[in-house]
Amino acid sequence: MSAATVVLALGDDVSTDVIYPGRYMATVLPSETPQYAFADLGAFNARLKAGAVPAGSVVVAGKNFGCGSSREQAVSTLKGHELVIVAESFARIFLQNAINLGLRLVEARGVAAAEGDELAVGATEVVNLTSGRRFPATPLPAARQAIIDAGGLIAYTRRRLLARVERR
Amino acid sequence: MTVVQRILARASGRASVAVGDVVEPAVDLAMSHENAALVINQFREIFRDTGLEARPWDPSRLAIIFDHRVPAESPKTATNQKRVREFVAAHGIAKFHDIRGDRGGICHQILPENGYVRPGAVVVGTDSHTTSHGALGAFAFGIGATEMASVWALGYAVNVEVPATIKVTVSGAMPPMVGPKDLILYLVGKLGAAGATFRVLEFHGPAIRAMPTSGRLTLCNMAVEAGATSGIVPADAETLRYLKEEAGVGEAVEPVGPDADAVYERAVDVDVSALAPQIACPHTVDNVRPVGEVAGRHVDQIVIGSCTNGRLDDLAVAARILKGRKVAADTRMLVFPASGRIYRQALAAGYVADLVEAGAVVMNAGCGPCLGVHEGALGDGEVALSTTNRNFKGRMGNPASDGYLCSPAVAAASALAGVITDPRAEGGR
Repeated sequence: MSAATVVLALGDDVSTDVIYPGRYMATVLPSETPQYAFADLGAFNARLKAGAVPAGSVVVAGKNFGCGSSREQAVSTLKGHELVIVAESFARIFLQNAINLGLRLVEARGVAAAEGDELAVGATEVVNLTSGRRFPATPLPAARQAIIDAGGLIAYTRRRLLARVERR
Repeated sequence: MTVVQRILARASGRASVAVGDVVEPAVDLAMSHENAALVINQFREIFRDTGLEARPWDPSRLAIIFDHRVPAESPKTATNQKRVREFVAAHGIAKFHDIRGDRGGICHQILPENGYVRPGAVVVGTDSHTTSHGALGAFAFGIGATEMASVWALGYAVNVEVPATIKVTVSGAMPPMVGPKDLILYLVGKLGAAGATFRVLEFHGPAIRAMPTSGRLTLCNMAVEAGATSGIVPADAETLRYLKEEAGVGEAVEPVGPDADAVYERAVDVDVSALAPQIACPHTVDNVRPVGEVAGRHVDQIVIGSCTNGRLDDLAVAARILKGRKVAADTRMLVFPASGRIYRQALAAGYVADLVEAGAVVMNAGCGPCLGVHEGALGDGEVALSTTNRNFKGRMGNPASDGYLCSPAVAAASALAGVITDPRAEGGR
């Protein structure tokens, strides 16, 4: 469990339009999407683009983070900055996309943190080192963990394909 | 088993499945739109260094529809579309709908109107509103581009957890000027934006049985706005009628219903007899009230269309209200039919003439301004009233604007007045 700084604290229902506005959807490659992360939160986007946010920094949010569109750019844009997302809950497609692309996220009921707080983010618990409060983390179901363990869905599917060929 | 459990059991070759089981269902239809450009990229990545040829498992089960940015708004989009066309040609993908007035349109209208979706099918789409296709009794859900690439490679979806189901029973008859959009807005408000996350909404009751497939598409379309994996209306006589008469499906179709002893996580009952027209207020879809509570607010732009409400009966409602009258001088009105077929039907019925003569701008079939990438942008501080499905901050392209969501009747009545209007009070005919 390593400590990291909360660089952005958001509320409930953060939509994919906030994470990655639709007008940038013609940009699809994971190598190109990071420049538009939280594009409409101008100051934070500027800090990301300036390289002022260290890898492993934490974005904290409330319920239903990533609601809305299935756009995978909303995950690749965060993954590109190696952000860690800690939220009370996630929208289904966003959660699945994050697992598929290897974006680190943790669901922690009741999590409360302000920008600048130090968090220790573990698989079973999130500790706010600044406030001293502890929040239990919901473990991922085994089926989803298997994709993470494989290194993401591309590697997982490649392994399945090769196994199928060998069986023939 | 519920309908979705029965579908998942069949598609994964099991006698039965229970909530929480992890299954790998065979996919009957795999739909994507412009984001096929990203799917193709990830698909090739899966095959890299395997020595295997990157070919989709069954090109006849792929559907690709251009709708999000049509005609292309930028060289980047045009180049992505060109790459997708090359892939389509190389793999012989027949269910491809390019930017055309005859067979083009929004994916969630193109699939049903061409008979691509059948009751009992497993449908995945790289679009969150893929939930729409539950209107035909299919289990249809949105996935990301990488997951679609995996489906193209394998022919099945990996690691699908069998979702719990909420049984929604809708009784009563819709009052005048109240329709499927008001019902789903009411339900999203009642359930909350995450109230059905990892759940299926299974729709039952006399008001559903009486609802045409077009209305059921509106209903299931917005199930995702309550967080649901999918919405589903078990197929019935209306489904069979739609498939035969409107979708041109000649062969026999087998409806799939729930077992009598199906187990639901909970039940939600709604009586629509006294339902008022509803409106979702900025900036969340579950911020829903009866329209009367915000009546009188000035509207800069009215939008009628989208995969939610761009179908022929939606345009008919708007045309009936606007025929022979005028859109308010300080309000703009944009209409975009859901498909080229609907556009032609609206032309033949005179709806397009009624709308244009009233002052509306009728645009080409497609997603239009709904997702804020293409056309119909809003100015700072402006207010949009739209029959689309999302009003998140920035959704229509400008985070400094406000978006309200409503039915075609509310939109049309409000266009006349230039302010948010209850269609039962003003403009209703």
